[in-house]
Amino acid sequence: MTNNFRRSFLKASVGGVFSAGLGGLTLSGCAAAPARPIGRVMVIGGGFGGATAAKYLRMWSGGTIEVFLIERNTQFVSCPISNLVLGGSRTLADITRGYQGLRELGVQVLHDEVSAIDPAKKLVKFRTKFADMSYDRLIVSPGVDFMFDQVEGLNAEAQKTVLHAWRAGPDTAALRRQLEAMPDGGVYLLSIPRAPYRCPPGPYERACQVAFYFKNAKPRSKVIILDANEDVTSKGPLFKAAWKDLYGGIVDYRGGTEVKAVNARDSTVRTDFDTLKGNVLNVLPPMRAGDIARTSGLITANDRWCGVDWLTMESAAQKGIHVLGDSTLSAPAMPKSGHMANQHGKLAAAAIIELMNGRQPSMAPMVANTCYSFVSDKEVVHVASVHRYDAAQKTLVAVAGSGGVSAQRNELEGSYASAWAQNIWSDMLG
Amino acid sequence: MKLRKLGLTGLWLSLTCSMPAWSQAVDPNLGRNLAANCANCHGTNGVSVGGMPALAGQSRDSLARAMKEFREGKRPATIMHQLSKGYSDEQIDLIAAYLSAQKAR
Ligand SMILES: Cc1cc2nc3c(=O)[nH]c(=O)nc-3n(C[C@H](O)[C@H](O)[C@H](O)COP(=O)(O)OP(=O)(O)OC[C@H]3O[C@@H](n4cnc5c(N)ncnc54)[C@H](O)[C@@H]3O)c2cc1C
Repeated sequence: MTNNFRRSFLKASVGGVFSAGLGGLTLSGCAAAPARPIGRVMVIGGGFGGATAAKYLRMWSGGTIEVFLIERNTQFVSCPISNLVLGGSRTLADITRGYQGLRELGVQVLHDEVSAIDPAKKLVKFRTKFADMSYDRLIVSPGVDFMFDQVEGLNAEAQKTVLHAWRAGPDTAALRRQLEAMPDGGVYLLSIPRAPYRCPPGPYERACQVAFYFKNAKPRSKVIILDANEDVTSKGPLFKAAWKDLYGGIVDYRGGTEVKAVNARDSTVRTDFDTLKGNVLNVLPPMRAGDIARTSGLITANDRWCGVDWLTMESAAQKGIHVLGDSTLSAPAMPKSGHMANQHGKLAAAAIIELMNGRQPSMAPMVANTCYSFVSDKEVVHVASVHRYDAAQKTLVAVAGSGGVSAQRNELEGSYASAWAQNIWSDMLG
Repeated sequence: MKLRKLGLTGLWLSLTCSMPAWSQAVDPNLGRNLAANCANCHGTNGVSVGGMPALAGQSRDSLARAMKEFREGKRPATIMHQLSKGYSDEQIDLIAAYLSAQKAR
């Protein structure tokens, strides 16, 4: 992004860069602002959905909308590419970014946790640092939370050693340490919940990455995949070819095998068929919309996901609140991916700007998805799709004839996958 | 779209009542919104931060031609032959117009 571009946003920035050291919020400090804001949007969650929405709201409104982004973590750690940290070809530092770029675009980034939303009063309440704040429109993109109670024995104590690492960060590093500490000849057990869950191909990519590490560092070890789904849910033939060609004798895939219980002390898991022992247990519990979506009454389906109007991403349950990303009740054939959450962010930003200006939002939004998976440190397979709004069905549907998967795994797409990560991190974080 | 779904203000209503067929109204932001689908891989406004072809500031004709050739299988591709099939000629032209007007870095 050019400096000119950045400067024009800074000038248009309404409140200037908000200083988080102010304690209670006085937002009357707009006197020096060059333009009057037409309203305030607060965004909860600085991940793929929320950060993108915040950036595009500033950019596309020419700085006329005041945007606050609330994120509990001070740095963004990307789930995409985090499996490569487990495989050993990337570090946590490689997948960590800051929020400075968004601040430079006039997004006022507050690091705190939102403890509650009051949709009637249009108020956001904070856990620690900040006083209640009001909004004109609210965006909620909190990602997923985990249904630990669905797996017997996966209590708070067990969670200390049986990790999911399905949110990148300290747990990614902890899981890597468990793999490093495992003896050659050991067993890594990966349990996958029934779809829908965050990132359909993600668990299979993880199995490849752990197998890649074992192949190089402890070749007598095994990766056993226990999949609650009948078969691989994404890019099946491509993953199976990789397991056979690259990791024969290491990866053991078992479909239709749901982990029902965990015994952390014995390091075992129980399925309907048997009890298996592993040196490292990596159990992905079933997932649902993030807690704040749940406590704010945004969940509309199965006590898990948030229904939205796909023209605006506005909640089906609460007016003036837009839900993005993994928390949404996905449209048909739409994956829960970072790429898609980014697209939700743009769709919502465009619609909210129209709504706040008293205009009609686009009746023809389109989104696309690309998910690259690394089957080794260099070779990649993709799945892609394009989705358009269908007025009759009132949802986004895949465009007939579009999309598909890689012909076979290849290194060229390995370089594209790395470039995808750099570009999408920049597209969301400034 | 149903009126009640929008939570409309009175002002908004009075403005739009003079537009009988909303969906037919030209959407000035359509090109911008469609081109935003490219940004995930090719950078915001087509300004790539590296590793992907930059699209910003390329000629309108060459952008549109490339997309149409991908779509028709006339240009080698890993993924663009699959993504380009999601867009009509008109949509491709709007995307090309928007990206060609962006400043290259
Ligand atoms: C191992 C793995 C690999 C993956 N690989 C890919 C890939 O290659 N490509 C791809 O497209 N996707 C991939 N994904 C999926 C992708 O990470 C998610 O789909 C994406 O993060 C969803 O975006 P989101 O905005 O819904 O949630 P997130 O990105 O998780 O963002 C949510 C944010 O909200 C914050 N938050 C939540 N509640 C609060 C609160 N109350 N107050 C303040 N802050 C809060 C969280 O701290 C978090 O930062 C992968 C996921 C995993 C786990």
